Order: sequence, then C-alpha cells, then structure tokens
Amino acid sequence: MSEILLPGGATGRRELLKAGALGFPAVLLNAQSARALKVGLVGCGGRGTGAAAQALKADDLSELHAVADIDMDRIESSLGQLRRVQAAKVKVEDSRKFTGLDAYKQVIESGVDVVLLATPPGFRPYHLRAAIEAGKHVFCEKPIAVDAPGVRSVLETARMAKEKNLSLVAGFCWRYSAHVKATFERVLGGEVGDVMAHYATFYTSPVKPMPPADTRPAGMSDVEWQIRNWYNFVWLSGDGLVEQAVHSVDKIAWTMRDQPPVSCVATGGRQNPQPGGNIYDHFQVNYLYPNGVRAFLGCRQIEGCYNENSDYIMGTKGQAIIGRGPNPRIEGANAWTFTGQKNDMYQAEHDALFASIRKGQPVNDGVWMATSSMLAIMGRMAAYTGQQITWDQALNSQEKVFPEGIRWSDSLAVPPTPIPGVTKFV
Amino acid sequence: MRWAFWLAATVPTWAAVDFARDIQPIFEKHCLSCHDELKSLGGLRLDNAFGLRKVVTPGQPESSRLYLVTQMAPTSRGAMPPGGPQISQTESGALKQWIAEGAVWPGGVFIGRKQPARPADDLALTERIHRKVVAAGTAKFERYKSVIPGSDVSFEMVPIPPGEFQLGTPTGERGRREDEGPQRRIRVEAFWMQAMEVTWDEYRLFMFAQKAEEKDGTVDAVSRPTRPYVEMSFGMGINGYPAISMTQHAANKYAQWLSSRTGHFYRLPTEAEWEYACRAGSADAYSFGANAAALGEYGWFADNANGKYQLTGKKKPNAFGLFDMHGNVTEWVLDGYDAAAYSKPDIWQRAAKPYPHVVRGGSWNDDAAACRCGARAASDPSWKMQDPQLPKSIWYHTDAQWVGFRLVRPVKVPPAAEMHAYWNSGVEKDF
Repeated sequence: MSEILLPGGATGRRELLKAGALGFPAVLLNAQSARALKVGLVGCGGRGTGAAAQALKADDLSELHAVADIDMDRIESSLGQLRRVQAAKVKVEDSRKFTGLDAYKQVIESGVDVVLLATPPGFRPYHLRAAIEAGKHVFCEKPIAVDAPGVRSVLETARMAKEKNLSLVAGFCWRYSAHVKATFERVLGGEVGDVMAHYATFYTSPVKPMPPADTRPAGMSDVEWQIRNWYNFVWLSGDGLVEQAVHSVDKIAWTMRDQPPVSCVATGGRQNPQPGGNIYDHFQVNYLYPNGVRAFLGCRQIEGCYNENSDYIMGTKGQAIIGRGPNPRIEGANAWTFTGQKNDMYQAEHDALFASIRKGQPVNDGVWMATSSMLAIMGRMAAYTGQQITWDQALNSQEKVFPEGIRWSDSLAVPPTPIPGVTKFV
Repeated sequence: MRWAFWLAATVPTWAAVDFARDIQPIFEKHCLSCHDELKSLGGLRLDNAFGLRKVVTPGQPESSRLYLVTQMAPTSRGAMPPGGPQISQTESGALKQWIAEGAVWPGGVFIGRKQPARPADDLALTERIHRKVVAAGTAKFERYKSVIPGSDVSFEMVPIPPGEFQLGTPTGERGRREDEGPQRRIRVEAFWMQAMEVTWDEYRLFMFAQKAEEKDGTVDAVSRPTRPYVEMSFGMGINGYPAISMTQHAANKYAQWLSSRTGHFYRLPTEAEWEYACRAGSADAYSFGANAAALGEYGWFADNANGKYQLTGKKKPNAFGLFDMHGNVTEWVLDGYDAAAYSKPDIWQRAAKPYPHVVRGGSWNDDAAACRCGARAASDPSWKMQDPQLPKSIWYHTDAQWVGFRLVRPVKVPPAAEMHAYWNSGVEKDF
C-alpha cells in the first residue's frame, strides 16, 4: 500500500481543444484516436444516468452503446433522460438493453470500449473485475467494495488494469473538484504546517429509508426486495459510513497522503426504526496514524438534527477548512481563501477518463480508491464489533459481507443489526 | 420504486362497469393528487392494484373504505377528497358497482403516469387551497406578524400601497445594462411583502415534513422537497439566516405550502412588484439614493459581507420597511428572464421553461452595481452543476449559494386558475 496515486493532470477537454491546430481538437489529429468510443452503462439509476451524460459530453466521439439494469422501465426512463441532453449519441438498440443480475456481462461483451459502473456498491468488485479482464476502460463509482475480500479483489484488479494499460477512474468526486483540489495542494504543500489532525463531519438527512414492510408485493423474493431497497442492507451499500460518508473518509485519506492508518476505534448504532434493514444511522470514528496524528469522523443520517458536511485539517501552522462557507480557506500563518473558478467535478472525472484514453496515457485511481473504501470499512468494523481494529487486521479480514452466487429469486435472510461487544470481528 | 407485477385477480368478468372508461378517470380526477407514486399520503397509493387492497374488499362496497369515505358529509373528518365537494352521484355509483362486481383492476396497469417527470401539483389541489383562502376572509391592510401553524416560527408582512412607478433604469445610471430598459410606467396593485428574506427557520419547516401535518391532506398534498444529500446552509448559519440554494420551483411550492398552512394567499412577487417594492419611491440606483458609498448601511454585498450571507434585518430598511432588498441573498421573482421584457405588453413574463428565470437585488457575492434597484440577473443550469444525478433535482441549486426569496400576499385574492399559474410557472422540470 505504499503507492500514492493522486489524480493530477485531470485535464479538461476544453484545454485539449485549445491545444489543437486551427481549432481542430488535438486528440483527433491522431488517426488512431479518431474513432468512436462506445460506452456501456451498468446501473441506470440517477447516478448512472448522470455519469452516462457526462461520458457523452466528455468526448466528441463517445456514444452510449449498451445498458444494464434490473428493470426495463428504469432503462427506458434513463435513456429517455439521456436523449433529451445527448440525442445523437444515444445508440442503444433494443438488443443491447440487458436486464437482470448478469446483465453487466452482456454489456461488457457487447463491443464497448468504456464501462460505467454505477450499481449498488456490493456488486462493484465483481463488475470491475469482469470489465478489466475483458480489456475495458472503467469509470467506477464510489465505494468500490463493501468488505475486505472485495477490496483485495479490487486491488488485484487495479494491478491488472495497469498491466493492460487500461484507465480506471474513481467516482470519488472531490478529487476532481477545483476548489477542493486547490485546498489539498496547499495542505500537502505544507501551508498548515505538519498535519496533526483531520476532523470530518457528514451529518445529513436519511438517504433512501426503508419503506413499510406491508408495501412489499406478494411473491417478491428476498433478493429482489433487498436490491430495490439496497441502501438499507450492509451487503449492498456497506452502510452509511461506507456508502455516503466515504466522501469524507476519502478526504481524510487525501490529507494523510493515501497512507494507511495504524488502527481505529469507533462507536455507532441505530436510533431510528428500520423495518427489515440492518444498517446503522450514526458513527463516530477515531483513526490513529503514525506519529500520533489523528483523524476524527462523525456521520449521522437522522432527521431533525444538526447537519454539517465539513473538513477541518489542523496543522502546526494553521487550519484548512472546507465546507464552512462557500469557499474553502486556510486560517493561520498562511491565510488563504479560494477565489478561483469552481468546476463541475462530475464532468471533470469523465473529461479525465476520456482524455486519458485518447492520449493513451491511462489514469489508474485503483489503489487510492481501494484504500479510501477500506478505510471506511475499517471504521465500520470497529463500530460494529466495539473493538480496536488495526489496518492489517481490517485489510486481511475474512468476513464476506456480500453473498456469492446470489440469484434474483433467492431467499436471503437479513443478518441482525450488529451489536458492539457481541458482534465478532471476522 | 415501481412494481410491475400481476395481481391474482385477472379472472375475466362481464361487468357493466368498464375500468378504463368509468373507474380510472375517478381515481385520476379525485385521488391521485395525494395518492400517487410520489406522494402516497398515509402510505396509500391508488395508482395500481396493489395499493387498492388496503381500502377495498372486493364484492363488498359497504365495507370498503374507498367507497365509504366518498359518502361522508363534506366537512366530516376523513371525508374524501378532503375538504372539497364529494364526487358525483354517477361516479360514486360506478365505484360502488365496480367494487360489488369484484373491483377488478387490469393486471399490471398503473394509472396517472402519463408524465414521466414530476408533474405540477394539479388544479384540484389548488382549488382546495383556494377555498381555504376564501373561507379565511380578508385582513386589514396593515403590518402583521404571522406564526406558521404548528411551529413557533413567525414572519412579518409589510403593506405596500398601490401606485404607479417607472419600471427599469434610466439611461445614464452608472452600472446600467441594456436589459434594464426601456423604462415604462407601470401600475402595481396593493400587496403585502415579507419584511425580510425567508429564513431557514421558516423554510426548513417546509423542507423537512412534520408528522403532525399528515392529518391535513390539503397541506401535505403540496409537493415537498426531496431530502438534500448535503447540508444546505454550507456552514453559513441557520437560525435567523436566509434560506438559500432552492430552485424557483421550490420557492413556488413553499408559497403554496405556506398558503395552505395559513389560509393566506402567498406567492413570489412579479419582477415589476419586486422593483416597485425595492424602490419604495426612489428613482435612483438605490432605495436610499444614488450614492453607492452608502450601500453598506443598507445591505450586505461583496465589500462588507465577509464572503457569506448574514442575519436578515440587521441593516437599515427602505421607506416601505423592507430589509435587505439590496444584497444578502438575491431574490427569485415570478418572471422568466427576457432581455427585452420591458418592450413587451405583458407585465408578468410567464415562463414556459426552467431557465432562465429572473433574480433581483444582488447578494453577498455581488458588487454594488448588481445590487441596484433596476439590476436584473438570470438563472442558469450551472447553478446545479454539483448535482451528480440525471435527471437533476428540481428542488436544489446546490451551486447557487447566494439565491433566496421573499413572498408577497396580494390584497385581492385571484381565482384558483390564476393561483395555479403562479405556483406552477414552468420550472417543475429541469430542462
């Protein structure tokens, strides 16, 4: 885990265009590059559809070629949205609309160049492996796994991507945000002195809460019911810390130069009823890094509470603050406030991905995106068990949260919500 | 979440009542404004066969809640549709017969889903609110304070007398832009205006639904914002601070919700009303005169706001008693943006599409010129570029952390159809 990969050089398409002669895009001057890039979308929810729109905007010759989801009506509504913004680039014939849990394989085999992975995260390690093995470039939403075996699989997949010269861009969007990047450049450049601690908050409203049990249609299988309410199940979402607050965890990782911590201690629990689900609604994690450096993370998804989504990076010469006011700033010896132009960070992810493909210079976010996801999973392990968990323990955990070989019609019992002091570390 | 499955009851019948012809229109007309996929008030959906099972016993209309509630006296608790006249004899007869014949709903059919995007709240809902407003009667045309029912949050309304004024900026005014003219003389009718910008204290009551309100179907039927994924004050402060980053649609729905809660008709001001109220008799760049150097006494803008919005009502008011018309947060008005608006006959430029809409008054993020009485600005899709989803949220402009609003209450209550037009002005979708 010593490799550090920061998403530098996320050059936007607009800059590339400027670089071309006679206004002709530089990338197209290369005959090798001047062909369509066919895109396959796996997961046609709001995020997947958004990612597809960005992929279609990121490159002049990108086109949507195949799609996968659990439902045809979601596919149709997603394509309908995309046609409204990129009509000419949506080229998905009926024969390339795939449904079901294996639909991702059909998309990968449909002749695409780029695959966008935007299903619930439990599936991600499998989808990512299949895409990279088949030689596809990938945009991979966060988090990349919900358990340590999944993270290890992704680390292996990231190595394969490197060997195959494939681009692998992570959906940890803040790494592609102009104002947050500018802040971290200063933090990592020593503007707050030596970092002593990072305090991150992710206090928000509930996300996709469980519907009442009596709204479940008769005859619907456990697997289908759980996938349709995926956020509420650890095997699918990884829990709120891993699925949502992982954005804050990722900024902690960024502060710590993507080096792993020594250990962590955490508390967490469930305050509000969740008919049938098994996730927590709050966590507090304390990470210990080498040299006594600490990171603290609080997250909560409970209605009617104080909300905050901020980062405070404290160093020997000052403090960097993100999310308190519209612009990040540094207080202390090297006081600074961001005054530049903000960007569309989601678009920047895809601009970087497609530019890297055109230039033949693969981006590989694999190692740090796996590290950030593992960091969140580690915090969850410490909260669920009530134990101190070391990084080595966490990374080598044998607990498989995601059941293998599930089918659409399967029965699937929901494990009880974990109880600290009772739930065992595996 | 959509369920596409077959209900068991697909046995062919020879009913005299035809579902598509006789029954479906009843549901679409009377039930779906509250019991569709998006609202499902009380956990009840009546757009598909599955939801129906909760309120219908096939073969027994007299023990089916769906039928019984239509037979109750209009004012009694639980009568449906709430508060309004009951459904017609013909309709309830058809309903009764349909249930008696087994309440057969064709397998897999969903009704009322002709529009894939979020539809506007329907006219039937506005008509219910309109009746409530008419029943509440008139008020004395003077300053008043209103406590939002079910809360301890209040806001103040200032009377703005009717009158004529010059809309637009005279040529020669420093900072004037082309779209601020030509000047035209406009008559404005009497209205009250909120003394201050809508604060988070008020707006959050709307943004986060209160359980107690579910008793009142009329209130809760108004579309409400989805839960934000991020903390929407961005650390700039909540209690006493202006609400920000809502779309114009969200501001319209807040007005509709507040009207329903209070029985007073509230809406966004038209661009002309806003400027009339801002000028408060002034023909100069600012309500206090032409000298921008005094702006710091009247408003928060880039030079004095310290990079964020500030508590409402801390600066001097204008001659009408309105605070923060210059700066703090720029304010939504009803009009779609048209650079040539002042050359057109209509006073209200009703929009048919979500962008661009007009905002007025400038903000903490603007220079003094953008805070002038006549300065106009327009909304842009980049105001929500941080939204990762497609379709993008119709409720939040996450990137416009400088936009807010305040409401007016016209003295004359308009007909329901006009109310409906004010509350649904082309921004119910994102593009």
